[in-house]
Amino acid sequence: MGDSQYSFSLTTFSPSGKLVQIEHALMAVGSGQTSLGIKAANGVVIATEKKLPSILVDEASVQKIQLMTPNIGVVYSGMGPDSRVLVRKSRKQAQQYYRLYKETIPVTQLVRETATVMQEFTQSGGVRPFGVSLLIAGFDDSGPQLYQVDPSGSYFSWKASAMGKNVSNAKTFLEKRYTEDMELDDAVHTALLTLKEGFEGQISSKNIEIGLISTDRKFRVLTPAEIEDYLAEVE
Amino acid sequence: MSIFEYNGSALVAMVGKNCFAIASDRRLGVQLQTVATDFRRIYRIHDKVYIGLSGLATDAQTLYQRLVFRHKLYQLREERDMKPETFASLVSAILYEKRFGPYFCQPVIAGLGGDDQPFICTMDCLGAKELAKDFVVSGSASESLYGACESMYKPDMEPEELFENISQALLASVDRDCLSGWGGHVFLVTPTEVQERTLKGRMD
Repeated sequence: MGDSQYSFSLTTFSPSGKLVQIEHALMAVGSGQTSLGIKAANGVVIATEKKLPSILVDEASVQKIQLMTPNIGVVYSGMGPDSRVLVRKSRKQAQQYYRLYKETIPVTQLVRETATVMQEFTQSGGVRPFGVSLLIAGFDDSGPQLYQVDPSGSYFSWKASAMGKNVSNAKTFLEKRYTEDMELDDAVHTALLTLKEGFEGQISSKNIEIGLISTDRKFRVLTPAEIEDYLAEVE
Repeated sequence: MSIFEYNGSALVAMVGKNCFAIASDRRLGVQLQTVATDFRRIYRIHDKVYIGLSGLATDAQTLYQRLVFRHKLYQLREERDMKPETFASLVSAILYEKRFGPYFCQPVIAGLGGDDQPFICTMDCLGAKELAKDFVVSGSASESLYGACESMYKPDMEPEELFENISQALLASVDRDCLSGWGGHVFLVTPTEVQERTLKGRMD
């Protein structure tokens, strides 16, 4: 392949006009655990598989869904450690915004700053792109919002989206099930059904994580007990 | 003579019923010599936020240019105007950046915030904000302005009455300060319109 000669350096274009390292980063995302997000009329829900490498791992200590600000949460598909770096940087940027303007950062601005960081790592020397795609869910004065940010630094606003291993099935399922005026509870049910579609093994409150935010503007991760309740409703 | 009194200035902002007024004098001096009688101290950031800058005129101009720059970038990035409270926080941060070599200005910020509620505040040259519900003053005539406003101010004034009130307070105060005067500029801002008027006072 002519392209492989150009795949050593991130900052060199291949003749076909691609940055091969970014393609490879997207492959890393595509082989990560499935995660998805749905924007409802009165909130946003994000969810992910939490398949642990062994039953000996203390699952309560693993948290894939994290807060960037009290009203913005994030989930990832891909390399966990890379997402931690991004969450750390984004949290700092949100606080810097608050220090300057004494106003909580709007979701679009935080997404833009995060995407800028990811893009910088595609155009600098001695670094590699992040091996994660992020789904950022937030609620601010413009209402509920859901954004996906890719390793290249491009970001999109979605009504519903999925990433990771099962992305095409999940997206097809979401396209069929999504309605504009969905309530948050319906969205949680749809998210669970979508996760169930491609799940290997038995879905339970111990091997998935769900985070949601509604009109109270407080992002929170559901406890296993709450997930059990939603799962029971879905059965 | 203090650096804040080098050019001479008088600034006052008052809150009315769903409106606010911000007024300044028009004299620009170099110590005791008057150099201009039509100097503008109040600047429009956008339709609902105004800032008046008293103190050293060169610093006022530079600070104004920097603030307009920041606000225009904010408008482009966030696709909205800055709320007055947010703008006040920004001014405070910019002033504190120069903590050990400050801009010799004392801003007065006035605007209509969420639900068109009037907002006024002032700060010192290092960015210490002082919010008020009734009036704020600044400049070389600030002491007489405090006295005049304290006695003349009433809450919930309608726009016309507010204009009369702030004009009287300004003209009375600048007469007691030799470094400010030569008339006044008053901006009266309601949710629907902005009126700008020039006052004629003692021209001395």
